[in-house]
Parts: sequence; C-alpha cells; structure tokens
Amino acid sequence: MTVMQENSRQAHRKAAMAVLAHSAAADIAGHLAAIALPAHENLREAENGLVMVRGRIGGDGAPFNLGEATVSRAAVRLATGEVGFGYTLGRDREKARMIALCDALVQSDDFAGLVEAKVLAPLRAAIALRQRAKAAETAATRVDFYTLVRGEG
Amino acid sequence: MTTISELPPGFADKVLSAQSTFRSVMDAMARPGAVQRVAATVGAPAGMMRGTAAIALTLFDHDTPIWLDASMSKTSEVAGWLKFHASAPVVADSSISHFALIGDASALPDLGRFSFGTNEYPDRSTTLILQVESLHQGPAFELRGPGIDGAAILQAKIKPADLFERLAVNAALFPRGIDVVLVHDDAIAAIPRTARLAAHGG
Repeated sequence: MTVMQENSRQAHRKAAMAVLAHSAAADIAGHLAAIALPAHENLREAENGLVMVRGRIGGDGAPFNLGEATVSRAAVRLATGEVGFGYTLGRDREKARMIALCDALVQSDDFAGLVEAKVLAPLRAAIALRQRAKAAETAATRVDFYTLVRGEG
Repeated sequence: MTTISELPPGFADKVLSAQSTFRSVMDAMARPGAVQRVAATVGAPAGMMRGTAAIALTLFDHDTPIWLDASMSKTSEVAGWLKFHASAPVVADSSISHFALIGDASALPDLGRFSFGTNEYPDRSTTLILQVESLHQGPAFELRGPGIDGAAILQAKIKPADLFERLAVNAALFPRGIDVVLVHDDAIAAIPRTARLAAHGG
C-alpha cells in the first residue's frame, strides 16, 4: 500500500470515528443491524477506564490537568484479519465495541462501501440535522450589540 | 514480526477471569505444593501455556517489568501479546524485572541474576513463572513450611533437576528471596520463598 493510500485510509477511519463517537449507541446498533456482519471476535474485551483530560487557557497558556474522564475502549478483529479499535467517552461498553467493529469494517475492502452507505452516512446526516436545529434555535435569540455614538461631536 | 491482526485474544470475560485466576494463584501461594486449576478461558501466544497466559493477564500491568527467557523471546509474539493485552514492559535486564516468564525451564539462568528484593522491601523480588512438563506425575517432592499442615507432596516433572537445591538460598536470605509459580497447561502450583524441601523421592 502506498503512503497516499495509507493516509487516505487513515483520514477515512478518523472521519468515521468522529461520526460514531458523537452518535448514540442505539442509533449505531439500529444501522448496523441492516448489514450482514462478517465473522468477528473481540480481540480486546470492551473495558472502562480513565483518561486525564488536559487543557490550557489560550493558545499560549501552560497545559494543566483539567480532570479525569471516563472512557470505554474495545478492539475487534474480523475473520479476514482487519483489526478495529473503538474509543468513546462514557461507560457504554457496547458502544465502544460497535465503534471498533465499524472501524474494522471500514478497513475491509468488501464492507467499506456498505458501512459508509448504511451506517456512517445516515449517522452523519442525523448529526448535521441536530447541529442545524441547534444553530437555528440559537440564531433566533441572537442579539446584536453596537455602540451608539454620543452626540457630543 | 507478528502483526496485531494475528494476536491471540485475551480473556473472554476480563473481570471474572482475572478474579478467578487471582484466587487460584493466591490459593497456590497460600498452600505451597498444592495444585490449583486456572478455569479462565484465555487465548495464548505460541510457546505460552494457558495457565501462564492467564497469570500474565491477571498480574501484569504497566508497572511490572517482565523478563522473558530465550524460548519466550524467540519470536516477538509473546512480547507483542503482553504489550497489547497487559501493557507490560518487557525488559532485557532480569535483575529489575518483577516477573520472569520461563518457557524452557531446563535453561533457567542462575537465580542470582534475578532480584531478591531488599530487606526494606522484600516484595520487590522477581517472581519466576516456570513452565514444567507435568504437575501430576513424576518424582515426589515433600515440602514443609508455613501454609502446609505437616508435609505436602508435590508430584512433578520439574526442570532444572536441581531447582530445589538452587532455591535453598531462600533460607539464608529471608526475608529476601524468590517465589516460584510452576505451570503446566491449566494447572499451577507455587513454591513461595518460605517453603523448604524436606525429602525428595523417586
């Protein structure tokens, strides 16, 4: 595999991970049910853990530890050898497992298109819809502040 | 080079398997010479027995440096598997390791190459995990010491043949010393540093 292909595949997995992590577990499960899943096994059982979230104030602020966040992770391997990893905020182990499964499917040539069409695209549309609705709600309450020029000339 | 796509899986049920394996190891340590079983379902890389793999997943983590003998480090499979499932660092210097995995016990290096702990922290010694040929048949070893009511008989085919003679340093070094866990398939038995060989039958 050339470097170009490798990079584009990584970008693809990254984009898929962003969509999946922001979707509800029930939605992912609903869309996954539409696919005839290939044989797979749990390489790493889904587990909960903590990660330290670091923050900094402003672009030039010193990094500090903001606090710990609960994270679930899993690794799934398809019978054909592709290994997918799933990480998500929260304690939903099943969600982490499904994300890992989707990540593995995205890497498989046979299933990449199918997952994109049946799972990722609808989820992405739902996220966009939510964002638009929120933006519209926010826009309706927008107030423009401006300063009146005092007539002292 | 083993890629991640060929790694054997870990425990099927992480929490319960680790708990039951921990119980087996604890019982083995508390009753020297008594054979315990590891019931957990576990995938193991080539060269590693089921019991060894279960102990590794239960006791190893990123804080426990692991030393592998020549037969375990022949391929990168065991090291890769340990790193992925237990995030345990594999070290080349056996004297700083907390656990040593010995696949081919007949080539067990001199015990002086492992850590005996310090008088302040005798628990910082290396625990040897030794894969042996059998824990059911073979010569009988009569053990005495704390945790044994009278004497315990361990029937095992143990290599190296002079293992107990070598472990005699434990008597002189106490509280420092080396603990040994013997593994055959899913059977385990422990020889903690307080156990003494009383008699050795054929």
